[in-house]
Amino acid sequence: MKTFPIGGVHPSDNKKWSKSKAIEVMELPDVVTIPLAQHIGAPATALVKKGDAVKVGDKIAEATGFMSANIHAPISGTVTAVDLQPNGQGLRQMMVTIKREGDEWAEGIDLSTDLVKECNLSSAEIIARIKEAGIVGMGGATFPTHVKLSIPEGKKAEILIINGVECEPYLTSDYRTMLERGEELLVGTSILMKAVSVEKAVIGVENNKPDAIKHLKELAKDYNGIEIKALKTMYPQGGEKQLIAAVTGREVPAPPALPIDVGAVVCNASTAVAVYEAVQKNKPLVQRVVTVTGKSIKDTKNLLTRFGTPVSALIEKCGGLPEGDNRVLNGGPMMGRPMSNLQSPVMKGCSGITVISGAEALRGEPSACIKCAKCIEACPMGLEPYLLAKQSKKKAWGEMEKNDITSCIECGCCQFTCPANIALLDYVRLGKQTVMGIIRARNAKK
Amino acid sequence: MMSLFYTIVPLCAIGLVAAIVLYFVSQKFKVEEDPRIDDVEKMLPGANCGGCGFPGCRGLATALVEQEDISSLYCSVGGGDCMKAIADYLGKAAPVKEPQVATVRCGGTCEKRPRTSTYAGTKSCAIASSVYKGETDCAYGCLGYGDCVEACAFDAIHINPETGLAEVDADKCTACGACVSACPKGVIELRKKWPKNRAIYVSCVSKDKGPVTMKACKAGCIGCSKCLKVCEFGAITIENNLAFIDSTKCRLCRKCVAECPTGAIKMVGLAPLPPKEKPETKEN
Amino acid sequence: MANRTIVASAPHVHGPLSTTRLMGDVIIALLPALAVSVYVYGWGVLAITAVSIGCCVLFEALIQKFLVRGKQTVTNLSAVVTGLLLAMNMPANIPLWIVAVGALVAIGVAKMPFGGLGKNPFNPAIVARVFLLIAYPVQMTSFAMPSTEGFADAYSGATPLAAAKAGLLNFAEYDALGMFTGNMAGSFGEVATLALLLGFAYLLVRRVITWHIPVAILGTMAVFAAIYGAVSFDTPHLVSNFALFHLIAGGAVLGAVFMATDYVTSPMTPWGMVIYGIGIGALTMTIRLWGAYPEGMSFAILIMNSVVPLINKYVKPRRFGSKK
Repeated sequence: MKTFPIGGVHPSDNKKWSKSKAIEVMELPDVVTIPLAQHIGAPATALVKKGDAVKVGDKIAEATGFMSANIHAPISGTVTAVDLQPNGQGLRQMMVTIKREGDEWAEGIDLSTDLVKECNLSSAEIIARIKEAGIVGMGGATFPTHVKLSIPEGKKAEILIINGVECEPYLTSDYRTMLERGEELLVGTSILMKAVSVEKAVIGVENNKPDAIKHLKELAKDYNGIEIKALKTMYPQGGEKQLIAAVTGREVPAPPALPIDVGAVVCNASTAVAVYEAVQKNKPLVQRVVTVTGKSIKDTKNLLTRFGTPVSALIEKCGGLPEGDNRVLNGGPMMGRPMSNLQSPVMKGCSGITVISGAEALRGEPSACIKCAKCIEACPMGLEPYLLAKQSKKKAWGEMEKNDITSCIECGCCQFTCPANIALLDYVRLGKQTVMGIIRARNAKK
Repeated sequence: MMSLFYTIVPLCAIGLVAAIVLYFVSQKFKVEEDPRIDDVEKMLPGANCGGCGFPGCRGLATALVEQEDISSLYCSVGGGDCMKAIADYLGKAAPVKEPQVATVRCGGTCEKRPRTSTYAGTKSCAIASSVYKGETDCAYGCLGYGDCVEACAFDAIHINPETGLAEVDADKCTACGACVSACPKGVIELRKKWPKNRAIYVSCVSKDKGPVTMKACKAGCIGCSKCLKVCEFGAITIENNLAFIDSTKCRLCRKCVAECPTGAIKMVGLAPLPPKEKPETKEN
Repeated sequence: MANRTIVASAPHVHGPLSTTRLMGDVIIALLPALAVSVYVYGWGVLAITAVSIGCCVLFEALIQKFLVRGKQTVTNLSAVVTGLLLAMNMPANIPLWIVAVGALVAIGVAKMPFGGLGKNPFNPAIVARVFLLIAYPVQMTSFAMPSTEGFADAYSGATPLAAAKAGLLNFAEYDALGMFTGNMAGSFGEVATLALLLGFAYLLVRRVITWHIPVAILGTMAVFAAIYGAVSFDTPHLVSNFALFHLIAGGAVLGAVFMATDYVTSPMTPWGMVIYGIGIGALTMTIRLWGAYPEGMSFAILIMNSVVPLINKYVKPRRFGSKK
C-alpha cells in the first residue's frame, strides 16, 4: 500500500469518538455573523447593508477580483449590521450580521434530495457555477475552488485527485460525508473531471477507514474513470503535495511550483459534494458538516451546520465544554487554529471543533535539544526543523531562506515528535511568515 | 648541529616564500579606504545597535564620510555632542535632532485588564501575536513577553512582573528604536525627551470603540475627546477612537491629564494640576 | 469566568517520545550485554557499573545544582547512559577509584562545561575512556580473562586484537564462536557481540536509532579488512576469517551501535550518518592495522565527532520535490 515518500508521523487517530455518529442537522441559529474573509485571497465585498432582507442562498458579498470567493446568506432574515466583529482569535474583521426570520430559500434552488447524475455543461460553465456558488477548499485551506480549476495557459491537467484522506486526528466530517453522500461525491467528482478535462480521477482514502473505501468502491463501479485508492495511514497524507506523491508518485517541486506543474488537481471530498450541489442543484455553499469532538465531550456529533452559527452553540449541543481549562480548536489537533472567542462563527473551512482538555491542553516543559534528528526523520518536506527553529530564534532570515523554509507546510510533525518538547513549529512558522514577507517585498520592488 | 641547521633553514625559507606571496596578494587585493572612516568610527559610541539604520557603527561612519549632506544621518546613542564632534571633524553641517526616548503606550496592567484566556505557547510577542489577540480582551496592548527586552542593547527596557507591562528606563534609553521595531503590536513610540524625563502621553493604542475598550481594560482610551477640547496647543488628535498627543507640540500643561476619565493619559515627573483652579492662565 | 480557554498554536498534541524514554531504551538495550558480562566475569562488573553510574549521576547533579544552576536535568537519564557506557568500556578488574576518575572526566570535563546534554561536541564516555587509557595505561590494558568463578583478577590476558597486532594469532583457526558469545579478553562490555547485536535490534525496533551509522561503520570495517586481507593472505578462507575477526574483536560492535550513535555527537541526516560511519570504520581499521594501539574505535569516534558540525552544515536531507 502506498503513502508519501519522506517523513510523516503516526498520531493516535482518535476518530472513534465521532466516527459512528451519523450526520445530524444543527438547529438554525437566531443570529449569524458572516465574515467577509472566509477564504485565502482578498476578502469579499459586501453587497448588503443594514436593514436589507435576505433569503437563504442570496449573495451577500461578491468576490473581490479573481482570487476571492462569493458569500451567500446562510439564513433568511434581516441584515442588522455590516461591521467589525471579533473572529475566533479575537481579532476584529468585517462581518455581516443577520437576524433570522423563518427559513426561506432563494428561488431557483433545488432542495430535493433526488440524485441528478446527468451534467451537460461545458468546462467553462461548470467553473462559472462553482465560482458563483462561492465554493472554496473545505479541507481547511479554503483556497477558492474556481481558481484551482482554472488551468493556466500552457499547463495541462492529467489527473484529478479527490482528497478523502482526512489524516487529521479526531475529525470525521469527510468520513461521514463519504459514507452518507457517496453518490453525490462521485457525481461531483465526474463534474470536476469534466471541469479540468481529465479522463482519470482517484479518490484517496486512508486505510483506517475501510468501510468508506468499501462503500465507495461499490458505488464507483457505475462511474467511468474513477478509482478508489486505499493509502497507508500516515500523517500528513492529506497535505496536497503528500497526497499527489502518494497517489501518482510524482513530487511537486519546491515553491513557487504548483500541483498543476505535475499535472494534478486536488479537491477535498466535501468540496466535491459541494460542487455537486452547486452545479446540479444550483445550491450555493451555505452549510457544511462540522465534527464536534474531543475525549471529554459528552455527546460528540457530526453536525450539518449553517455558516455563521456560533461555535459555542455547537459545543452546547454536544453537551457543553468540560469543566476546567480547555483548548478549543477550529480544525483538528495537528493543524487546527486555537480559538479564544467561542462566540465566533463556523466558517467555510471549519471541518471540526476539537476540544482538548485536562493535562493534554497544556504544553510539556521544553528541555535541551539532544540533536536526535527525530524532527528531520518526521519532516514530510525533507527540511531540518531543528536548524530552522534555531535560525528563527537568531532572526537569521537569509539563512532560513537558503534552507528552503518556504517549502514548510506547517504540518507540525516536527513539534509532535520532538522528545525534548521544543516548540519547533512556533519558531519555524514565525520564520516562514517573516521570510515570505521579505520575498514579497523583494518581488514587489522588481 | 646538523639537525638544527636542517630545521632552521627550511623554516626560514618557508617563511620567506610565504612573506613574498602574502606581499603580492595584499598588493593585488588592496582596498583603498578613506582613513577618516576609522577615525569617525572611533568617535561613534561603538554600540553596533543598528539604530541608525546601518548594520553597525562602521556602516554609519562610512556613510558620514562619503555623503555630502549628512543631515539625514544620526546616531541617537551618541546624541548631539557626538554628531557635532564628527561633523566638525569632517567639516560638514552637523545633523540636529531633538533627543528622544522610547515610550510604552499601554497602561493595561494585570489589574486593569483582566486575563480571559491562557496563552500556553512560546513566550514571544511576535509568535503570540500571530496566534491570536492575546490573553486579555484588548487586541492592541502590550503582551508582556518581552521581545523589546531582548531587542534592547542597552538594558533600558524591562517587563515589570507586577504589571506585566514593558517599562523604559529613560536614563539608559538611547532612542535607537530597536524596541519599536521589535514590538509586533506597535505599542512603543519614540517621543521627545523632556528634561528630568518628564512626559505626558496617551498610554493606550486601542482602536476599538469606547464600550469595547472599556470592557476589555479599565485604563484604555475610549476616544471621548475631552482631552482634545482642553488642549490649547493643538497637540491632540483623535483617530480611530484613539487620542494621540504629538510630543513635538505638547507643552506639558497637564490639562488633558486632569480631564481624562479613564486615566489613559499618563504623566511622568510632574505634579498633578491643583484640582480646583480650572480656569487658570497658562504658563509658558 | 470559570473556564478559561487555553491558547497555543498547532500542533496541539504531542507524541509519546521524550528524552527520558529514549535514554531508557538505550539502557534497556545495553542490559543483555551487561548480563553476559556478569556471567563471564562475575559480579565484580556490577560494582564497576554501579560506581560509574553513581558517580556520573552524582557529578551531573552537583554541577547542575552548584555551577550551572537552573533546572535539574539529571532525571533525563543521560548521565546513567554515560555511566553505563563508560563502565562497559573498562577492563573487568579495574580499580574502582579509576572508574570514579573516569566519571569525573566524562561529566566534569566532556559534558557539563559545554552546557550539558545536547551541547557537548565529543562523546563523554569516550573522552573519559581515552583519558584513562592515556593516564592509567597499565590498569586500562590488563584485561581479565573470562571466568565464571567470581572476580577474575587472577588471570590477565591479551585481547584478541593485541594478540593479532603482535602476530600471535592464527587466522586459520581462532575461536570465532567463542568471541561472538563473549569468551574473550577485553573491556567487559564489548565482549558479548551477540548480546550487543540483540540490543541493536531492540533499538531499531523501538526506532531509537536508524541503521545508518552502525551498518556504515561495520560495513566499512569489513570491506577495509577484506581488502587488506586480500593483499596479505593467499586463501579466500583466510581473508573472510580476517574480516570477520575484525568485526567481532575489540569494541567494534559496542562502538558502532552504542558509542558512535550518541545523538548529540553524531550527524543529523541519513547521508551525513553514512559519511560519518564510513569515516569511523576506515579510521578504526587504519589504527588497528598500522597504529600504535591495538584498538582504534575510541579514537576514530572522537576524530569523527570533530567533523560532525561540518557534516551537518553541508549534508542536507533530501528535500521533497527534488525527485524528477
